[in-house]
Amino acid sequence: MYAANFLLLSAVLFSIGVFGVIARRNAVMVLMSIELILNSVNLNLIAFALMNDNVDGHIFALFVIAVAAAEVGVGLAMVLMIYRNRRSIALDELSEMKG
Amino acid sequence: MSAALLSSTLGADVNVAQNVAFYIIAAVMVWGAIRVVTTNNVVHGALWLVVVLGGIAAQYILAAAEFVAVSQVLVYIGAVMVLFLFGIMLTRATIGSDTDLNNKGWGIGIPVAAAMLGVLGYVVLDYVGDDVLVDQDEARIAITTQSISDGYLGDYLVPFIALSFVLLAAAIGAIVLARKD
Repeated sequence: MYAANFLLLSAVLFSIGVFGVIARRNAVMVLMSIELILNSVNLNLIAFALMNDNVDGHIFALFVIAVAAAEVGVGLAMVLMIYRNRRSIALDELSEMKG
Repeated sequence: MSAALLSSTLGADVNVAQNVAFYIIAAVMVWGAIRVVTTNNVVHGALWLVVVLGGIAAQYILAAAEFVAVSQVLVYIGAVMVLFLFGIMLTRATIGSDTDLNNKGWGIGIPVAAAMLGVLGYVVLDYVGDDVLVDQDEARIAITTQSISDGYLGDYLVPFIALSFVLLAAAIGAIVLARKD
């Protein structure tokens, strides 16, 4: 199998995730798009581990999985808090900190 | 016959079954990812995300990363998706289609994503070109679960302990943020 296969697939997933982060208004959907981006990076790390026959890529991928789990936990707690205060999680309405 | 023809077209070391599995799973994953970012129903988006995450786990198995694949299924499909579904249910009054899930200027995301895909694709093809990956059976000798644990408890011990503090802080922070006063 070509080395470029995995890398191109993860480039496609990364671009779709970037589109989701830009286009989505709902905070939960933005968090899902961020998960797409993190997963494409993980796929890259695994492909690099396979290309170089080195275990470090697997270790980094597991680090990224753990950090992503922490990120989702804190992110969804923040979304819940915003929803309780404003009854809405539309990101374009969050402008209190605008100068 | 056709398999031999295909492998002679693609290159000497190409495993045909692995390639066919890769392209089928990749097509399903790309379609699922597009549905995640385009669907009008938040719950459907979460369920399409399950398809993408499961496909990623299958790709890890194709890339001889069994331990990471099992971790992916446990953490993402098991834990993160449950969190997402709870988040959706706790933040939405109605379950069903939603018309205002996108920003007003969502169209600008298409050229940005296309430009990013173009740059990434150019760099990848320029860097690896038509390099062929080592066969899985050879790779499996070097990368085992034992060597992953040797890495974690050897060279990467300090980042590993730091990561456990990150997880602890995230758990406490999530509880504090989501607590009702």
